[in-house]
Amino acid sequence: MHPFGFELCELPPQAESLRSEVREFLRAELGEATPAQRAGSWGGFDPEFSRKVGTRGWIGMTWPKRYGGHERSALERYVVLEEMLAAGAPVAAHWIADRQSGPLLLRFGTEAQRQRFLPAITRGELSFAIGMSEPDSGSDLASIRTRAERVPGGYRVNGAKVWTSNAHRAHYMIALFRTHSDPANKHAGLSQFLVDTRSPGITIRPIVDLSGSHHFNEVVFQDVFVPEDLRVGEEGAGWMQVTTELALERSGPERYLSSFALLVELIRAVSKEPGERAAVALGRLVAHLATLRQMSLSIAGMLEAGQNPNLEAALVKDLGTTFEQEIPEVVHALLGVEPTSGSGTDLQQLLGYLTQQAPSFSLRGGTREILRGIIARGLGLR
Amino acid sequence: MLADVVARLFTDRVTKDLLEAAEQGQWPTSLWETVEESGLTVPLVPEAKGGAGGTWRDAHVVVRAAGRHAVPLPLPETIVASWLLSGAGLDVPRGPLTLAPVQRDDALTLRRAGTAWRLSGTAARVPWGGAAGHVVVVAAADGRTMVALLAAGSGRVTADLNLAREPRHTLGFDDAPVLAVAPAGDHIPANAIRLYGALIRSAQMAGGLQYLLDQSVRYATERRQFGKPIGAFQAIQHQLAVLSEQSAAAGVAAAHAFRAAEGGDARFEIAVAKIRAGEAAGIGAAIAHQVHGAIGFTYEHSLHFVTRRLWAWRAEFGDEGHWAAELGQAVARRGADALWPDLTAR
Ligand SMILES: Cc1cc2nc3c(=O)[nH]c(=O)nc-3n(C[C@H](O)[C@H](O)[C@H](O)COP(=O)(O)OP(=O)(O)OC[C@H]3O[C@@H](n4cnc5c(N)ncnc54)[C@H](O)[C@@H]3O)c2cc1C
Repeated sequence: MHPFGFELCELPPQAESLRSEVREFLRAELGEATPAQRAGSWGGFDPEFSRKVGTRGWIGMTWPKRYGGHERSALERYVVLEEMLAAGAPVAAHWIADRQSGPLLLRFGTEAQRQRFLPAITRGELSFAIGMSEPDSGSDLASIRTRAERVPGGYRVNGAKVWTSNAHRAHYMIALFRTHSDPANKHAGLSQFLVDTRSPGITIRPIVDLSGSHHFNEVVFQDVFVPEDLRVGEEGAGWMQVTTELALERSGPERYLSSFALLVELIRAVSKEPGERAAVALGRLVAHLATLRQMSLSIAGMLEAGQNPNLEAALVKDLGTTFEQEIPEVVHALLGVEPTSGSGTDLQQLLGYLTQQAPSFSLRGGTREILRGIIARGLGLR
Repeated sequence: MLADVVARLFTDRVTKDLLEAAEQGQWPTSLWETVEESGLTVPLVPEAKGGAGGTWRDAHVVVRAAGRHAVPLPLPETIVASWLLSGAGLDVPRGPLTLAPVQRDDALTLRRAGTAWRLSGTAARVPWGGAAGHVVVVAAADGRTMVALLAAGSGRVTADLNLAREPRHTLGFDDAPVLAVAPAGDHIPANAIRLYGALIRSAQMAGGLQYLLDQSVRYATERRQFGKPIGAFQAIQHQLAVLSEQSAAAGVAAAHAFRAAEGGDARFEIAVAKIRAGEAAGIGAAIAHQVHGAIGFTYEHSLHFVTRRLWAWRAEFGDEGHWAAELGQAVARRGADALWPDLTAR
């Protein structure tokens, strides 16, 4: 009766030797990072670090060798990713491309696009942003209005994207535009494009988040020319492609590890002899963590087996973000420290950072409500 | 496949009538005989010793199904008890077996009396302490962990029930004769009964949660209000999404613990599973009842056979607080920087 299932996944021995390699690399690279910096892992945009990761062969690990990939298993990639995230490595300059833009091109891109973009991605030299949301289209993504009109040799784009993480630093954006308008069928007439973020007519304006940081942006398109050969996939196939891309975006360990650094510091703070109350709270969080990791690994196993774990990914993301949001709550309940920003102890700053970031965990990549809707559809309720 | 065989057997035989009769104290003799004849009670006993010669994966399939179908037998207990006996090189008697001590503070003392052994002490909340023919005890003696087999009748029995009206007896042993005793197999800690009891309860809870999900989804598509199935309301859809998440989490945690048991030391995974499944049981039972409305709150409806078991099982062999305290202390003792290496080594 169940539309989903989680088989346990066992990591092969070669994945474990890879793990030690990654750990050693990260120890050398991240030595001095503070807990708050580590917690910013996927906000951390560090092209030099990404190039080093590329040199080690840890970007595009599962892709064909002819595109610069390494033809390794999804499970080995999983190990690299979870080690990076647990250590709080600054992965933002490469991992959007590794996680979704590259795989999208592999699946739907032309041979020329693959040749042109994938090798540079695997070297850690080419970074991507995700151009989906618009001012009037968040959860209802299919309602987007930014238009790409046919002109000789390509398309002319007008409109705006918002919340585009790292648009100001990424080289390219994979953007969803409307190529055809049919009020009766909003899912039809969408297409995806590779857009050079330095194209004439593009204005990228910072949007400062509630904590005062700048990581996402508004991206305005004014008569921006996109050549025909940078359309990804068929014209009009954008909706199918973007849902595939979203499944890739939701399937990884990043969806339960965002507050991991705070759990580690919580253990430090309660000492080796915690009281009963602290021990109970800590034991419960570790039980959730261990279970989420097995669920997330199980998804990696399904990807490795060529299955389509969309539902499972939605389910783990909802559970995982709930867990990520709970850790700061538990710290508040147990330790009674004030969250701070810019001053205070490492723990206070880390708590301050995550307290302010936590609301976004259940928004980015599809809100909690949208995920539960996807699960309900899987249950046959809609 | 074992899963199909077990599902068919329990679907056919564990009927509402049978469950109600069991709640009235009637032992389901013929169901037990079928289960025993099919080898389902001894998946972990080698074939040479009369068992099914299976793995913990097989045990998991059976125990989870027992939970899903609310099987009113000490089947999971017998699986663990027979494994402990055969692991210690002892023969496994026929008939239902149970386990003691269940609770942390109940200590049973084994002592040598000449060539024989005797057992003293009180064990509360022993599952089916009356119906089971034998009790398997793990206790320390001579500085090692021993497995001992006693006739159930060799102790004083004070009858009691859990919330699901499953027998949970108090057994008082007064220098009771031990039928057989031997040092426990490898990796068997002194708290093995509580530990492996927690293991089986976590998989039973996972099975129970799967039942709640299936029933609640079905009910939501059948029951109509305001001119549509209640499952068409987003509030209900989201509740059922949460139920499916809890069911999945409990299932993965329990399966992982059984896999770890295959490898030997499963203390970490079992604590994780009992904590996670116990929490899921509380959340899941609440959602299932909310979705079912008043009809699910009646004795007439079958939902309570599983929800009352979840509430009871959650507390048995150590509740979430108990295991979370142990796990939290262990994690803290290892130190903050050991958490990730320890976790990924499992
Ligand atoms: C930190 C961060 C980074 C991001 N980065 C990117 C990026 O790089 N690229 C990009 O394209 N987007 C990005 N986003 C945008 C993100 O995808 C959207 O925030 C998200 O899809 C929700 O859209 P919205 O914010 O407009 O909220 P809305 O869709 O307006 O939703 C507001 C509330 O209403 C609820 N709601 C909406 N529809 C329904 C419904 N049908 N049923 C029930 N409830 C509903 C939502 O769940 C939410 O609680 C980012 C967001 C954040 C917070």
